[in-house]
Amino acid sequence: MQVQVSINGEKHQADVEPRLLLVHLIRDVLRLTGTHIGCDTTHCGACTVLLDGRAVKSCTMFAVQARGKEIMTVEGLEKDGKLHPLQEGFMAEHGLQCGYCTPGMLMTSYAFLGKHKAPSDDDIRRAISGNLCRCTGYVNIVKAVQHAAAKMRNGGA
Amino acid sequence: MIPAAFEYHAPTSIIEASALLARLGEDAKILSGGQSLIPLMKLRLANPHHLVDINGIPGLSFIREADGFLRIGALTRESDLEESELIRTRYPLIHDTSQVIADPVVRNLATIGGNLAHADPANDHPATMLAAGAEIVAAGRAGERRLPIESFFTGPFATALKADEILTEIRVPVPAAKSAGAYLKVERKVGDFATAAVAVQITLAANDVCSRIGIGLTNVGLTPIKAGKAEGALRGQRLDDKAIKEAARLAADAAQPAADLRGPVEYKKDLVRVLTVRALHRALERAARAR
Repeated sequence: MQVQVSINGEKHQADVEPRLLLVHLIRDVLRLTGTHIGCDTTHCGACTVLLDGRAVKSCTMFAVQARGKEIMTVEGLEKDGKLHPLQEGFMAEHGLQCGYCTPGMLMTSYAFLGKHKAPSDDDIRRAISGNLCRCTGYVNIVKAVQHAAAKMRNGGA
Repeated sequence: MIPAAFEYHAPTSIIEASALLARLGEDAKILSGGQSLIPLMKLRLANPHHLVDINGIPGLSFIREADGFLRIGALTRESDLEESELIRTRYPLIHDTSQVIADPVVRNLATIGGNLAHADPANDHPATMLAAGAEIVAAGRAGERRLPIESFFTGPFATALKADEILTEIRVPVPAAKSAGAYLKVERKVGDFATAAVAVQITLAANDVCSRIGIGLTNVGLTPIKAGKAEGALRGQRLDDKAIKEAARLAADAAQPAADLRGPVEYKKDLVRVLTVRALHRALERAARAR
């Protein structure tokens, strides 16, 4: 089946089997390997991407379902060589250790901050409760998201 | 994990989808949010030869009050319910439910129609809708029909939907004055199925006697359970501590849980008892504030 999708603003076309998962289209067919596969069972959220602006688990969706849609992956965060405030926040606050969950954390947080300009720590914890991190204990991830929220409120993207 | 191969169909109308389902029969599954079906297919616990994706059918995603009902389109995402001002202010039972289903990312795709039609006794909306006294609207080749929720769940993962029918809408009666509900769920972690959960919806008459009561139980039996005896003990009564205590005992009696990693039978039954007390108290507090 022919599938046309836009990923990070760029149009892509591929001939795929209906059973191909969206995450496999992104990683294996289009070679955008920033998106990770973690648990592969809809629990961990490492594969989170934005589908028309909403965070979804790309291991739990078929590529054919994304036809005609706008997808954003972690590769789409950086603009003109400049990191997104979330990426800066994760660096500055040490929001990762092994980094495996980070692409999903970034994408979920990106969608969340689009709707919540001044979240509480509790709001952030609830928002990322579908993304699992086994290293950090989440403390620095919450700080990283707050770092980005503050920067974005002050016009930093 | 890779699901078994299947043929993909993307109808753009209910008539087209229904004709496809009739032709393909048992070999076909409806793809709605996919958040239960796709994991099952990846584990090869479900191996449909045909998927009928209903996401391209227009007009199945809405939340509005009309004709004395809250009408919710089957393709409405859980996150839409969670964010709806109408649901938050007027339907606390449904608002509670939409906040505890799976996790926030899953809720962006998961649909209310899928949650009901999948008929997993561990799903949350079935108990909620039993408590709310909802109606299911089903559309097939013969047209549309409305089913009371009490007759919808016919067994584990089984519903009264015919092979060519699609659940298109859920209708919840618009609450009378001094009505409110609550849904309380105990889960080991976000995203886990309920160890047990209790849904309650009450209406108080002018003299504070309970004129309408619905109690639904999640994941303590082979189907979602309507705790009829507990409801009967409260109907026409003042909801004082004694009446609530007795109803909670009857709700625990109605539960038929199985022992598993989430706990033994006695624990789950007692959880139903405690959650029934708390849900009734919360509903009472909310009803006192409701117009």
